[in-house]
Amino acid sequence: MTTTQEPPATDADVQEYSTHPGAFANRAFGGLSAGAASLILVTLAAVATFLLIEAWPAMTSSSADLSDQVHWLGTESGETLIATIGYLVYGTILISAIALLIATPLSFGIALFISHYAPRRLAQGLGYLIDLLAAIPSVVYGLWGALVVIPVLQPFYQFLSESLGWIPIFAAADDGTVSGTGRVAMSAGLVLAIMIIPIITAVTREVFLQTPVLHEEAALAMGATRWEMVRMAVIPFGKPGMIGATMLGLGRALGETMAVYMILSPGLSFSPHILQAAQHNTIASYIALQFPEANAAGVSALITMGLALFVITLLVNMLARWVVSRRSEFSGAN
Amino acid sequence: MSKRIDINNLNVYYSSFLAVEDVSLSIEPNSVTAFIGPSGCGKSTFLRTLNRMHEVIPGARTEGEVLMDGVDLYGDDVDPVTVRRHVGMVFQRPNPFPTMSISENVLAGMKLNNKRMSRSDADEVVETSLKGANLWEEVKDRLDKPGSSLSGGQQQRLCIARAIAIKPDVLLMDEPCSALDPISTLAIEDLIADLKNDYTIVIVTHNMQQAARVSDRTAFFNIAGTGKPGKLIEMNDTPTMFSTPSEKATEDYISGRFG
Repeated sequence: MTTTQEPPATDADVQEYSTHPGAFANRAFGGLSAGAASLILVTLAAVATFLLIEAWPAMTSSSADLSDQVHWLGTESGETLIATIGYLVYGTILISAIALLIATPLSFGIALFISHYAPRRLAQGLGYLIDLLAAIPSVVYGLWGALVVIPVLQPFYQFLSESLGWIPIFAAADDGTVSGTGRVAMSAGLVLAIMIIPIITAVTREVFLQTPVLHEEAALAMGATRWEMVRMAVIPFGKPGMIGATMLGLGRALGETMAVYMILSPGLSFSPHILQAAQHNTIASYIALQFPEANAAGVSALITMGLALFVITLLVNMLARWVVSRRSEFSGAN
Repeated sequence: MSKRIDINNLNVYYSSFLAVEDVSLSIEPNSVTAFIGPSGCGKSTFLRTLNRMHEVIPGARTEGEVLMDGVDLYGDDVDPVTVRRHVGMVFQRPNPFPTMSISENVLAGMKLNNKRMSRSDADEVVETSLKGANLWEEVKDRLDKPGSSLSGGQQQRLCIARAIAIKPDVLLMDEPCSALDPISTLAIEDLIADLKNDYTIVIVTHNMQQAARVSDRTAFFNIAGTGKPGKLIEMNDTPTMFSTPSEKATEDYISGRFG
């Protein structure tokens, strides 16, 4: 066997294997997208730092000092900052919970109807309308809620408390009537529910549409009705997406300011009575209420409340992630 | 219970497009019937009309009769959901439910038919079905693991176990081995030979050796050209089809001289 001697490679030969025309664009795009991704981290860190620094004076000063400087912590309510935040956290969670309880079943129903029940034409039209609903500004929802929805609902609240008043949340005030104006937590929750239905619906609809046809056919071929197919293939497959959509909706409900501000008659308490006025307020709406006339100490106190809202949102998201990851082995992603 | 199927003058349409034209044939109980033919000749569409799965596609409809032991599956009072509980199906790609464990997958169909089931009954169904699908020995120690953790061939046998768990009369298989390696294919073919004792089996395959190995009777479908309907060219006992077919088109196809 003979071996032939290769001529040594020239620089031009090496060059041919070392570059190609797309190399720069590829690196540039990689860098750009990494930069965009790191922007999220930077923003998050910047917001957290801002909140901590600005809230520091209020968090470290004694409650007596603070009530001297901030009239709505001292003379007006007689509550300390911590207690006020407690009421507001409670109010925020209560009203968001009402919104979620109403919005999620409705949204999942609408999304399923669009993805699996409606004829294609109707489904497209409905999907378009839902997206339009999401585009309405919250101040318009607030106006509509305050001027149209609440007057219509008030007699219904009266009826609700008369028939189910033995349940504390529906209880009427001591004189046997519920709020005459209807500006109560229930109304705020309802209008918030209408505001978050579009986002939850839009996301779950997309998730339901992603269900592999293979799995749907597997269910149908065993003699599943359409509803059984939905329960067997569509919902289990879409569960992480449904949780994600709910969290998106919750995020919007927790942070919504304008609609709550315009609808709710505010108050500070741990009252469970969602049909009585002047019992609750949310963090965002409270900040909006006090911010225009706040002095330096007041702003710091309000930012402390903002920090509390930030922490709640963070916790909610972590909880959602944990719920989704718990059964990731069965998610269908593998 | 194995049943016979008689198809009389069946046309299948997708909206106004005639996909399969005028098919009449009989499928014997306790036998394996293979449908062969080039892609797009309508054999899978035709298979799906036997459990009305084609109706999943909007606009799909049929004319003619499909008689199962004399009962027309397209009769006025017949519900496609009930038809599918009697005529099981295994698909081209293994499709166990990814959100369910192995045993939950096997029981998925039972839960539809019979909501309440004691634990011991359920365990028994899981064991007999998995044994029936030749999968029991491989998975008995990990029944609570997700079905998607199995290999492709095992997943397909899991799908067969799921289909036979509800004790159908007929089992339809739409190219069940086309996504599998040769060893898994062999396992499924052995299984088909066993299943024949209890079920009427209809299999669509692109693999002519497979049709020759597993089936008792073979039907050849062909299409005259794009946009033309698929037709049944001929049907006969498998050995006859592969040795002395009566149609020139069949002979061309099985000897590889097609097209």
